[in-house]
Amino acid sequence: MASNAFLNPVIRNCSQCLVHVPDLAVYGSKPRREILKDSKIERRLVASLRAFDHAVGYAPNQTYIGNLTPDQLAAIPRPWYVADEGVNTSPPHVGPFGEIVSQDLFYAILERANVLTPALVELTAESHEKLNAKLRGHPVLAGLAGGDVGSSMSIEAEIEAETALPLRTGGKLRGGVRRDNRSEGREDANLDAATLLEGLCVKASGTIALQWLLHREGIGPEEIDYVISCGEEAAGDRYQRGAGGIAKSIGEMCGCVNASGMDVKNFCAGPASALVTAGALVKAGLYRNVAVVAGGSLAKLGMKFEAFLERGMPVLDDCLGATAFLVTADDGVSPVLRLEPGAVGLARIGASTSDQAVYRELILKPLEALGLRMSDVDKYAPELHNPEIMEHSGSGDVVHKNYRIIAALAVMDDQITKAEMPSFIERIGMVGFAPTQGHIPSAVPYMGHALEAMRRGELRRAMFLCKASLFLNRLTELYDGVSFMLESNSKLKS
Amino acid sequence: MLDAKKVAVFGERDDVTGVAIRKCVEAAGGEVVYEATSCFV
Repeated sequence: MASNAFLNPVIRNCSQCLVHVPDLAVYGSKPRREILKDSKIERRLVASLRAFDHAVGYAPNQTYIGNLTPDQLAAIPRPWYVADEGVNTSPPHVGPFGEIVSQDLFYAILERANVLTPALVELTAESHEKLNAKLRGHPVLAGLAGGDVGSSMSIEAEIEAETALPLRTGGKLRGGVRRDNRSEGREDANLDAATLLEGLCVKASGTIALQWLLHREGIGPEEIDYVISCGEEAAGDRYQRGAGGIAKSIGEMCGCVNASGMDVKNFCAGPASALVTAGALVKAGLYRNVAVVAGGSLAKLGMKFEAFLERGMPVLDDCLGATAFLVTADDGVSPVLRLEPGAVGLARIGASTSDQAVYRELILKPLEALGLRMSDVDKYAPELHNPEIMEHSGSGDVVHKNYRIIAALAVMDDQITKAEMPSFIERIGMVGFAPTQGHIPSAVPYMGHALEAMRRGELRRAMFLCKASLFLNRLTELYDGVSFMLESNSKLKS
Repeated sequence: MLDAKKVAVFGERDDVTGVAIRKCVEAAGGEVVYEATSCFV
């Protein structure tokens, strides 16, 4: 094998999927806490959940899976959630980058994500048969389906006895989730049903994203050499909380028999850190095909639900996000991940944490290392949270706030005038469209759009900017940032 | 402007951070007695 040393890696492909799981919103961190305080809230929350067709027709979700570009989304008048109610034809649940998976299909995959006996997830006999039959007919995910006969144990009685969490669709019981009931797991708070459901959701949704990545690229799972998981969730028991293993569990489920893997954690900047790590592994010649994968966050479902209930709106944070990327050596076609010395932006521990200093480290220093100015970058992708979710919950348009800071940096560095800020933002910016899923909206939802635009010759450079609230771990007051540059492949022109 | 004033600072990671507000307060002569930056995403 020829050495890849000194050659920049490429991001050859990606997948972007959503899993519409309205009935799992009650297990999100915020809803769970509020329901414990006042059980009446559950009824109000359930009454405000969206049907699958409405979630599919929702324009930001269509943008996430690639059926709309961010520019097309920006041209659609808001509120977007009202526009989707006017949908009278079946909107496409499949897009160029992946699909929006229904809750019932996800339950079948969730059951398959279990490896323990007694099973952590068990569907009722009727649901097992029906949902696996549906899964077997799926063009991309059929390989995940289980056999005709489910577990012989009865989950209904355990749900009745409140020793298992129910999995429902529209009030109908589909199955349940148990804690680890083996002797070694029984007393471990990290292995209770709610915590294990969080891990199983990461595994199952990450598996969907990786399956779609393999399908889109047309390669077999055995060709993947290494898998890096980059979600925010922790997996482990009382002696090693959050110790990892998510990457290999996803790789195992997808049949990546020749791959090893590891988990990279960096709060919301996890995907950026993982992509840079994957690129470095490829650039060093250690691995050929590295898959970076992120499953979705159960904890962040319904995070802003109170604001939606107050306004009589549907609960919009009802989807798990999932994404996967394939990082390989330069193929002469795919967009290049610039990894020359100094090209990756970072927030140094010893640097000032003032906004100005952090953004200099994230934007100006890498550009300087690459011999570029801010205007040489066609698009900047910062936090890409759906503004319709953020504004109603009182946080404002997070995406626009990030662009204001980026434009202010350009003014302070004398690259544009203050009067030029709006037109600069118009040129380098985009509207947010990703669900509030922590690491999922952090810059990388633009990847699918950027890869397509670069292949079409419509985009030359995009800078991805991710931030991480490290201070939430109560171990430091620092926060982190990671930026990287994606550039169209110069060989593509010839 | 803020001479002899004690100030509690609440910043936001994706807007004006606590650090930035602290610098403004201190430049105006105030004393920051509490500072926090929240993350709402």
